[in-house]
Amino acid sequence: MNRNVGIVIVSHSPDVAKGAADMVRQMVGKDVPLAWCGGDPDGRLGTSVDAIEKALQTAWSDRGVVIMVDMGGAETNSEMAIERLPEKKRAKVVVCNAPIVEGSVMAATESSGGSPLDKVRHAAEELYPRM
Amino acid sequence: MSQDERALRATGFTMLTHEHGFHARPSIMLTQLAKQFSAKVWIGLSDNGPWTDAKSIARVMALKAPQQTMVFFAAEGTDATDAVSALVRLVQSDFTSSKDQ
Repeated sequence: MNRNVGIVIVSHSPDVAKGAADMVRQMVGKDVPLAWCGGDPDGRLGTSVDAIEKALQTAWSDRGVVIMVDMGGAETNSEMAIERLPEKKRAKVVVCNAPIVEGSVMAATESSGGSPLDKVRHAAEELYPRM
Repeated sequence: MSQDERALRATGFTMLTHEHGFHARPSIMLTQLAKQFSAKVWIGLSDNGPWTDAKSIARVMALKAPQQTMVFFAAEGTDATDAVSALVRLVQSDFTSSKDQ
């Protein structure tokens, strides 16, 4: 079982999502459950509820998971993916309101120290007040 | 300086020689190391502050300390001395050693 909060990175572009995940792995390390997804099922820019659902399973931690999104549909599709989870898991997933790259690195840094879900979310959102 | 057992306080400082100052990677390493201690840990660019929470990645990155800056650490808690010496070592090692105690 993972002792650290997981991170899921959801971008319209698979390149952006993978690049942000690479930054997390190289800068923060391997102590954080991490998954990314991007692009729609036809390979165009977009996001997919199925892919997000799968990423949530990959990065799952009983301490919770934060989802980092880029814009628009990434957030609504993430919320739909959360709704597919069993009820007791749903409360452990939050979508962060933060820039996807910086937010992912900051959330992962906080998570790597063993912080709980709300602190990980706060670290990602700290410099960027809710719009 | 108070040496009360429950609230040990320690301070230390060193020169930041890292080529690019406190950029992303060094900030992350410093924050991760600070988090390994139960003491409260602060970092500052002068010996009388202002002090920044060394466990907050956003705040440590926002310091933007350039190369050849003196960095100061202060810690309060039972492992304060260990925390300060570990952080000083990390900076002195030019951020090559991180997880050592």
